[in-house]
Amino acid sequence: MIETLIGYWDAFRPALGSALLLVGAVLAVIGTVGVLRFPDFYTRLHAASVTDTASMTLAVVGMALLAPNFATVFKLIVVWLFLFLTGPTSSHALANAAHTAGLQPLIGRVGKEDGGDA
Amino acid sequence: MGYFLGLLVVLVALWLGLSGEYTLTKPAIASLGTVSIILTTVLAYRFDILDREGSPYGRLPQLVAYWAWLIVEIFKANWTVIKACLRSNLDINPALVKVKTGCESDLARTVFANSITLTPGTVSVEVEGDKILVHALYEDTAGPGAFDEMDRRSREACDGKGPA
Repeated sequence: MIETLIGYWDAFRPALGSALLLVGAVLAVIGTVGVLRFPDFYTRLHAASVTDTASMTLAVVGMALLAPNFATVFKLIVVWLFLFLTGPTSSHALANAAHTAGLQPLIGRVGKEDGGDA
Repeated sequence: MGYFLGLLVVLVALWLGLSGEYTLTKPAIASLGTVSIILTTVLAYRFDILDREGSPYGRLPQLVAYWAWLIVEIFKANWTVIKACLRSNLDINPALVKVKTGCESDLARTVFANSITLTPGTVSVEVEGDKILVHALYEDTAGPGAFDEMDRRSREACDGKGPA
């Protein structure tokens, strides 16, 4: 019984892993679109954080499902943890540097009312 | 002493996991690992960084529980930003807000500010004392009380339950 379940899982795993990798890649593209469309530095940072979090997590989980053995999964967990801890630190460093340098963020509604340029 | 042991256990687990030498049948490689782990712990002790920030593993269960909650929040917030990226008419409402935190210790404040940054749509720009300057993609996602639950949870995960 258990062996049949493991057999099903092993057959299903590559498909699920590839699907998650694909979704992660699509999210990275969406984040890039956001970076290109958003008007100023701070809002672009928000679009980049989609790539930082969801895209990265889905890609790592997808790779873990495709991994041949547990040693690889362990390394992927370490990579994920590293990115999870350093990602916000670097985003904060960028935002803080911009703020300290005196870059004023765009405040208030952008888009619809001014006709929308996109 | 607890911090020392925590760091030691984590380093041993990290080395075993990264090297893949669980069986310790190769004495040369195992001794290299032993030497590097001892060197790291001794250096950490000499640098005087063996405190609750350098070795926060005592609260690992609480932090992992907090992360599980945070990841769900991150995926929810991602959805908002993804929709904002793909909307045909750009419609965002950026704002700068000051958030007051109830976190006492530096560790709890760091975890709280990093959680804000990690959640798409909000970035912590500056931390001054117990106030955090937050830039948000939508003003209403950073309205009053929006960060209260995250604040409470990160405080409880780092400093334990009790009066703030």
